[in-house]
Amino acid sequence: MATLGDYLLVSGMLFTMGFAGVLLRRNIIIIFMSLELMLNAANLSLVAFSRYRLGADGLPNYNAQVFVFFIITVAAAEVAVGLAIIVALYRARQTTHVEDINALKF
Amino acid sequence: MSSALPYYILLLPLVSAAALLLFTRRYASLSAFVSVGASIIGFVCACLVFRESEFATTDLPWIDLRPLFYVPIGLTLDGLSKTMLVLVTGVGGLIHIYSLGYMQDDAGKSRYFASLSLFMFSMLGIILANNFVMMFIFWELVGVSSYLLIGHWFERDAAAEAAKKAFLTNRIGDFGFMLGILMVWSATGSVIFRDIAGKMTSLTSHPGYLTIAALLVFCGAVGKSAQFPLHVWLPDAMEGPTPISALIHAATMVAAGVYMLVRVGFLIQASAQALHVIAWIGTITAVMAGLIATQQNDIKRILAYSTLSQLGYMIMAVGLASGEAAMFHLFTHAFFKALLFLGAGAIIIMLHHEQNIWKMGGLGKRLPITCATFLIGTLALIGCPPFSGFFSKDTILGLAYEKDKLIFYIGLCTAFLTAFYMLRLVLVVFFGKPRSDNALRGDEAPFVMTGPLLVLSVPALLAGFGFFAKIFLILPRVEEAGHVVPTLAVVAMLLGVIAAVSLYRKRESDPIDLAFLRKRFYFDELYAWLIDITQEFLAGLSAFIDHWIIDALGVRGASTTTWGVGSLLRCLQIGNLQAYAFIFGLGIIGLIYFAVFK
Amino acid sequence: MPAFLFWIFAILMLVFGAAVVLNRNPVASALSLVVSFLGLSALFMSLDAYLIGILQILVYAGAVMVLFLFIIMLLDLRAEERRKFNIVPVIGGAAVSLALFAQIYLVIDQLCGAKETFPRLSAPRTDDVRAIGLLLFDNFNLPFQIIAVLVLVATIGVIVLSKKELR
Repeated sequence: MATLGDYLLVSGMLFTMGFAGVLLRRNIIIIFMSLELMLNAANLSLVAFSRYRLGADGLPNYNAQVFVFFIITVAAAEVAVGLAIIVALYRARQTTHVEDINALKF
Repeated sequence: MSSALPYYILLLPLVSAAALLLFTRRYASLSAFVSVGASIIGFVCACLVFRESEFATTDLPWIDLRPLFYVPIGLTLDGLSKTMLVLVTGVGGLIHIYSLGYMQDDAGKSRYFASLSLFMFSMLGIILANNFVMMFIFWELVGVSSYLLIGHWFERDAAAEAAKKAFLTNRIGDFGFMLGILMVWSATGSVIFRDIAGKMTSLTSHPGYLTIAALLVFCGAVGKSAQFPLHVWLPDAMEGPTPISALIHAATMVAAGVYMLVRVGFLIQASAQALHVIAWIGTITAVMAGLIATQQNDIKRILAYSTLSQLGYMIMAVGLASGEAAMFHLFTHAFFKALLFLGAGAIIIMLHHEQNIWKMGGLGKRLPITCATFLIGTLALIGCPPFSGFFSKDTILGLAYEKDKLIFYIGLCTAFLTAFYMLRLVLVVFFGKPRSDNALRGDEAPFVMTGPLLVLSVPALLAGFGFFAKIFLILPRVEEAGHVVPTLAVVAMLLGVIAAVSLYRKRESDPIDLAFLRKRFYFDELYAWLIDITQEFLAGLSAFIDHWIIDALGVRGASTTTWGVGSLLRCLQIGNLQAYAFIFGLGIIGLIYFAVFK
Repeated sequence: MPAFLFWIFAILMLVFGAAVVLNRNPVASALSLVVSFLGLSALFMSLDAYLIGILQILVYAGAVMVLFLFIIMLLDLRAEERRKFNIVPVIGGAAVSLALFAQIYLVIDQLCGAKETFPRLSAPRTDDVRAIGLLLFDNFNLPFQIIAVLVLVATIGVIVLSKKELR
């Protein structure tokens, strides 16, 4: 049987990979996708804890799962808006290379 | 007799000045008569006060912080002050009458008489004050009145400059005076003369302190009576109208210094070193002024230096521990010097404001009354018996012969010089041939001006004699009366007369030309240079502080620091998304570290 | 769930997660992400979270990733050209990521209960849809409504943002 620690470790690894992707990749779409990875890693953690902590009636604590529900919804909305912004940015600058988008500096 | 009569005498000139300034400004002749009337009434009241032997006046408490500090408004009415009252109001009254003629066509007549009344008020205040602080206040007021009067014709640059110079030089002396008053007060706890005299032991127990306090108080006299080194203002003060020169700079204001020293004689005489310094300063002033006077060509300036010289004699007498001798000389000097100045004024006015003696000449025939009275004044000044000056100067020289032979010899030389330059003046102005058109056409002055001349010549003759002087003064006693001193004095005078006559008879221009003396020992240049240096230094210092300390550290420092910090902080706005994420990650790691692992 | 199943799906998820980050081609990246989500969904199922698992497939893999692919196609993105390889940012990024992972590992290590297996459920099949639904509409009704408004706002935002220049 997998232990809670295994699930959390896997979640941690996923999160780290997502974070590395945000820091190291230059394409803005890829960065965005790494962001999604991070969110999902958090979701996995939450669900693992929900299963671990049982409520009074021996069932999983569904509050965490409701939280995951909200996270999924918000992530979806965020992806929609974010991609709309990227499209607008692409139309303006004709590039998705993140280093080219640096006008907001001193 | 009302015990408030002295207060009325004091306040009457003030009321007259106020009336002139507030009400009769536009009516010049009315102002003149109000002022003259006030001064005559003041003289009459002063005589009435003089005849009363006992006078009890009440003090009005002004600043009452007993036991720390108590300053009343009170009057002192002993023989000394009563004599000065009569002298000041008398000579003042005569000069008021003279001014009616002299300032007849002047545009600022109301202003002149108002300032004159203010001056009378201040001078009477000095005489009547019974404590240091009140005297100091009136001392300053006299300075202000002198400023107003010297600068009466203020449109002339020279007059405005002279007024400023007088005031500032006096101020320097007054600074020392104030320090002296503070020292005396801190030692004895009181500023009232009577109290200080009673508490002298607290001062004599600290001789060094006492000497310094006495010398600081003397500073006031140095400024007011134009002693060396603050003598530079008196000759320049001749820019004012001649009646003013007569009143202020001959008879009264400059005598205020001597009066003050005699008033606090108990303080001065308690310190032998202070007396020594005072005597020598007086001597130096006397001989220096005498030397300078021999080379001056302006009639008023010669008389001004003569005043300086005689004041030197008076201060010398104070320094020789005889206030009585100083007062005697002050008394006689007031009359003959006022006489001389008024005579000079008559000459100047009748020659249409000509003041250079080399442009006069042969006036003896055209202005007989003026010439005669002027001669009487001169003879009194040079110490020719039996005129008044002989007796008073002789007394001082006798004192010097007793106490300090060196001072005596210098005093003799000064007597020689006095005779020399006065005879030079008389010969060049009144005898010989007229040297300019003005001299040719000069006429005798009107009676309103010659009247006071005649009146003044009487005391100039008589004041020296015991029977007259005893009414007013305590005559000093000279031990070794003998005949040495008077004989030597007369010999010196005769030598001076002979020298002057042989050099200056029937001359067209001055045979001697000593630049050092003519330029008044270059004192003015020296002072100007000193002031220049100090100002340059202070200005440089201020510029340095302003530029390097306030500007660089404060103003530009603040702005540069802000700029620098701003530039540093700006480096955080990189614009690179991943750099932001990186810093974000660093923050997260730090946060987790501190939250979990610490 | 038997451990080996867990590990299979976990490794699937992780490998394709790595592929997302490491791939040059954005389309390949997106498709790897889809597979990763599949693995994740299987893990959710293994934790008896059936609704969440299905939602993951439906919403994430089905809608979000499709949207991603649409945008990639719209912008016609090619594989990234190689730019000048700057070693310093790479080192920095790698260092920060590894440090973060180290911290996460240490925390999990300290966690008591990390070595325990999951406790038994009271019923063999849980009715989690019903339970989550009840929670959602009872206890969390307000957040639910707000989420609805959020989605509406996002929709409007997307429409506004994708307009061409207004004449």
